[in-house]
Amino acid sequence: MIHKSAITSMFAGSPVHPLQQHMEKVFECTSLLPSFVQALATQTFDEAESIQKQISKLENEADRLKHELRNNLPNSLFMPMPRGQILEIVTIQDTIANKAKDIAGIMMGRKMQIPEPVSQIYTMFLKSSVEAVEQALEAVNELDELVETGFRGGEVNLVLDLITKLNKIEYASDKHEQQIRHALFVIEKDYPSIDMMFLYQIIDWTGELADIAQRVGSRLQLLLAR
Amino acid sequence: MESIIIANADIYIALAVIFGLFMAWGIGANDVANAMGTSVGSGALTFKQAVIIAAVFEFAGAVLAGGEVTKTIRKGIIDVSSLGGTPEILVHGMLASLLAAGVWLLIATRKGWPVSTTHSIVGALVGFGAVCIGMDAVSWDKVGTIAMSWVISPLLAGVISYFLFRSIQSLVINTVDPVANAKKYVPMYIFLVGLVISMVTMVKGLKHVGINLTFNECLGVAVLLGGVLMVIGTLLIRRLTFDPKEDKHFHYTNMEKIFGVLMIFTAMAMAFAHGSNDVANAIGPVAAIVGIVQNAGEIASKSATPIWVLFLGGSGIILGLVTYGHKVIATVGSGITELTPSRGFAATLGAATTVVLASGTGLPISTTHTLVGAVLGVGLARGIGALNVSVIQTIFLSWIVTLPAGATLAVIFYYILAGTLG
Repeated sequence: MIHKSAITSMFAGSPVHPLQQHMEKVFECTSLLPSFVQALATQTFDEAESIQKQISKLENEADRLKHELRNNLPNSLFMPMPRGQILEIVTIQDTIANKAKDIAGIMMGRKMQIPEPVSQIYTMFLKSSVEAVEQALEAVNELDELVETGFRGGEVNLVLDLITKLNKIEYASDKHEQQIRHALFVIEKDYPSIDMMFLYQIIDWTGELADIAQRVGSRLQLLLAR
Repeated sequence: MESIIIANADIYIALAVIFGLFMAWGIGANDVANAMGTSVGSGALTFKQAVIIAAVFEFAGAVLAGGEVTKTIRKGIIDVSSLGGTPEILVHGMLASLLAAGVWLLIATRKGWPVSTTHSIVGALVGFGAVCIGMDAVSWDKVGTIAMSWVISPLLAGVISYFLFRSIQSLVINTVDPVANAKKYVPMYIFLVGLVISMVTMVKGLKHVGINLTFNECLGVAVLLGGVLMVIGTLLIRRLTFDPKEDKHFHYTNMEKIFGVLMIFTAMAMAFAHGSNDVANAIGPVAAIVGIVQNAGEIASKSATPIWVLFLGGSGIILGLVTYGHKVIATVGSGITELTPSRGFAATLGAATTVVLASGTGLPISTTHTLVGAVLGVGLARGIGALNVSVIQTIFLSWIVTLPAGATLAVIFYYILAGTLG
């Protein structure tokens, strides 16, 4: 005879925590890339392969979280943030994990190593891109506080600061990308062209990690501006 | 004519008491859970505390402030002037309405439909009056006012809750030190709870318990009561322990703890408000029957509601709460995880104020629907993660279904009763 009352059924699960969990998964997945590239550089392929599998697994989990979030967000919900924005943010977040998986997949398949002259720049480049993802995670993690404060007051400024910092990190990553392209251009003729083709692809995607992280930040900013 | 009443006096009173208890039991079993659910759900009260608070304050609300609504149910909806010579029609009708509303509640609860006790009894009374006596017997003006209040009460509760929540935002949540400001302002909110609820109760409701106070006396008592509550609240807040580490993951954990204390008081207000409005649904008809029988058939429109009838309603509600309602509170409470005490406070006080106001004016409204409006008000202030607005649809549906259902059942029961007793 116990039933859901009108009051209980009013409270739907907020998408904020699932969104944060998803972003955490995405960051976890991306954060494995530096050690993966390192393992390839030292030719410890067993280790590289196990990290690559781990990245792939985390990407799958992120995918699952994304689907769960979408399934639990019917359009009859009344939320302090537009439903469309939430769905878009989770989609954008998810492409970060996809990119990380693609990078690891191709590098593993071709047992790719970054040429010695540019390897240090690449390490820094990758580091700043991963950092951008981490910064995006930090901003997303403030969403529950934003709901608590009703998207008003100091909390909004705090998140805006986090987003500004994210933009700076993305800019740094951009600079690194330019540097590595420059350096690579000078030496590319000394390496097999197919290898270089794929390396440019990897550089492209590594830069995209930061780009997409920045887009997560911009979407959050839209939520604040409403 | 009087012979029927006198011959059946004991049966009438006995049936009235049984049906009234049945209805009050139903209210205690289901409706109270909605009123208390937000407090349990926000983690401010354990569920055992909620049951105790509900029992005490539902009872207090019924006895101290339930008189006006009881009067409306008793003689506001059906115009009894045409029934001078045949009082037993009214007795049968009131019995039938009680039974109809009680049975309909039982069916609806079993099926899981969110229906309102208020709508059931009003539907039953109107149905009985219009069909069994005649269209003229229903005070359509009054019914119209009641219907209006069903629309206005959720809106008003929503507006009050919206502004309450906005005030919390600017005074506490969105400040540099929310914990310090919560310590400072929460006692004042507690004062406000005590002041508003006791003020409305005393100005509007105490007459029938034989207490007559002037406006200034009311104000004095209300301020005093608010002050006492404030002191108790401050002491409770002092006993809290704060751990800065808890704010690491979610920055407002310690602030919400302080609002948890406030929720204890709003829960009391809510139980009181609910008791003052919804108990009348059960005891209004009982009071009408008792009045007629005791006057040996005279339909007296002046006699006051006997105090034991109010007690009957209060006891029935507690009985329902203890035997069954605690299960519902447990389910309702555990279902709400999105409601933190700061929001729970804004919504509950908005609803409680509206309901007590309606009780004082003698308008039977739905506590649940009022609370739904209040929660939406907080939601409009961007305060709640996600709200399922399809519940508004079910509310409209419950109006459309419950009114005719109560009416039809009342008519059927009336003819059965009239056939066997009359």
